[in-house]
Amino acid sequence: MLQVVCVKQVPDSDTRVKVAADGRTLDPNGVTLVLNPYDEFAVEQSLRVKEALAAGEVVAVSLGNAGVQTTLRNVLALGADRAIHLKSDTPAPDALAVAKALAEAIKGLDAGLVWLGKSAIDDDGAQVGPMLATLLGRPCVTNVCKFELAGNVAKVEREIEGGREQLEVPLPAVFTTDKGLNEPRFASLKGIMAAKKKSIEERPVDLGAPNVERLALELPPPRAAGRIVGEGAGAVAELVRALREEAKVL
Amino acid sequence: MSILVYAELRDGAVRPVTREALGEAKRLAATLGGPVTVVACAAADASFAALGEAGADKVLFAQHAAFARYDSAGHAAAVAAAAKAVGAKAVLIPASAAGKDLAPRVAALLGVGMAGDCTALDASGGKLVATRPVMAGKAYEKLAFPLSPAVVTLRPKNFAAAAPEAGKAAAVEAFAFTWDAAAPRAVVTGVSGESGGKVDLTEAEIIVSGGRGLKAPEHFALIENLAAALGATVGASRAVVDAGWRPHGEQVGQTGKTVSPKLYVAVGISGAIQHLAGMSSSRCIVAINKDPEAPIFKVADYGVVGDLFEVVPALTDAIQKLH
Ligand SMILES: Cc1cc2nc3c(=O)[nH]c(=O)nc-3n(C[C@H](O)[C@H](O)[C@H](O)COP(=O)(O)OP(=O)(O)OC[C@H]3O[C@@H](n4cnc5c(N)ncnc54)[C@H](O)[C@@H]3O)c2cc1C
Ligand SMILES: Nc1ncnc2c1ncn2[C@@H]1O[C@H](COP(=O)(O)O)[C@@H](O)[C@H]1O
Repeated sequence: MLQVVCVKQVPDSDTRVKVAADGRTLDPNGVTLVLNPYDEFAVEQSLRVKEALAAGEVVAVSLGNAGVQTTLRNVLALGADRAIHLKSDTPAPDALAVAKALAEAIKGLDAGLVWLGKSAIDDDGAQVGPMLATLLGRPCVTNVCKFELAGNVAKVEREIEGGREQLEVPLPAVFTTDKGLNEPRFASLKGIMAAKKKSIEERPVDLGAPNVERLALELPPPRAAGRIVGEGAGAVAELVRALREEAKVL
Repeated sequence: MSILVYAELRDGAVRPVTREALGEAKRLAATLGGPVTVVACAAADASFAALGEAGADKVLFAQHAAFARYDSAGHAAAVAAAAKAVGAKAVLIPASAAGKDLAPRVAALLGVGMAGDCTALDASGGKLVATRPVMAGKAYEKLAFPLSPAVVTLRPKNFAAAAPEAGKAAAVEAFAFTWDAAAPRAVVTGVSGESGGKVDLTEAEIIVSGGRGLKAPEHFALIENLAAALGATVGASRAVVDAGWRPHGEQVGQTGKTVSPKLYVAVGISGAIQHLAGMSSSRCIVAINKDPEAPIFKVADYGVVGDLFEVVPALTDAIQKLH
């Protein structure tokens, strides 16, 4: 079975946000780009399925500028077989534009499983997966934290408020992965060497007109300075008083 | 023209997030115009007329036997059809586990973009502008919608429910929509609760979170006791989740849940940037940490420097005495 894993390159989670001069985008200076953490679970799960079936191929797909090839190379080092780079020099305007480009690339691939992260930690969108599934007309489960394949049906779980949902899904299908699904592996030296010889196919894409338009990117208003109410258990009385009388939260 | 609200149901009952979405829809209707229409996807009527009191003018009841539980594909088909049928300018969906799954599907079916997990909506200029956090709250973006309808999900606890209009009933209409339930789709086969009636972190008024400062999983009893005294939900840092002390569902932060309760108590948590990203929009933050230099004190409204093993039991005691 062929599997596709969609991966995004994002600023790492240590990034301190500075807004660029245009007032609408992140200042890229000093930002380290990494594989989106949720996509690590997607990559790992695709590899586990391939290993369990002892067959098939994992194709990594990423949309972005020339820089995303570093991330694709990392995913190849983890064990993906080949990669498709959907090349666009302008940043993707919104999730629907990304989902359309991914759908176009995946349509021709006869993929039994398509994997994505539950959300990208830069836009926190959590949109591309379910949009892609809808465009492909395939079943979809978001935020999967448990996955089991029984023939042509996947048995999965996702977290909901105060509990978990169990679902059954016929393949081909699309899944977005949540933390807890698996423990992602690290690339081995052998994997890193092997990745150098794997192919990254470059395809230029046109993302079209924006479906949503960003007017501004702003920093949150700074929090008013707080205070240390005291030390040790002796501070408890003053803390409780402050919470009741000043903050009025008790 | 209308503003459409997706009614989130659980076990047949309307969840509080639906009232928040209805409250916002009513406010938007004042500037954007149009009635507020609710689309309720359910297997049976659950006194939907009563949604009138929360702000609904009309309820479209999309009835299907498969809708006894959340159905991703079916609900998306019904909501998209309802948006077309009423000529919706905006589709408001709670940013719950179901709503976050649903909204992108609805947007894709309608061929429009969307804004998820919004913390504010503004229509004062005659056009909708959505504010939403990005990078786990380290920044906020403002989005406009070149296409119609604007599909948005609303972060729980950020929008006020409308003051109930006693006795106002909404007109409930059966809504016919086409959807092929026989096509391959994901089907919910079961739901298991972690603990009966526990309030989810994203909806909690008060959260008590514990970190590595607790030193061992059994010491989380201290956190649970304080949470019980406060009527709070328990959260955790990633360090203790990764160590297997606490379940993933309790993690707060960039790769966990983003929360904005009225009171957040951080116990033995250093305040790494990834943790702060998930909780710094809380209304009031309390930190208990033995290290006066811990970064958590930079965002805390009230800090107690001290050994949590002394401070937390004393605080639990003091809270219990309040009742
Ligand atoms: C990609 C990525 C994503 C991440 N996502 C998240 C996330 O979503 N959420 C998250 O929380 N972290 C996240 N992290 C991890 C984060 O960087 C920190 O490692 C983590 O938050 C630390 O957890 P902690 O505060 O419990 O532990 P520590 O940093 O070890 O802090 C323990 C604190 O307890 C205090 N303490 C110790 N003993 C006592 C005592 N007796 N009494 C009082 N105080 C005491 C110490 O002074 C210290 O401040 C992420 C990291 C990365 C790289
Ligand atoms: N530019 C991209 N290229 C490939 N996959 C992407 C891209 N953007 C988003 N994705 C996938 O969609 C998931 C959700 O992204 P988002 O909807 O932006 O939060 C990510 O975790 C990726 O798996």
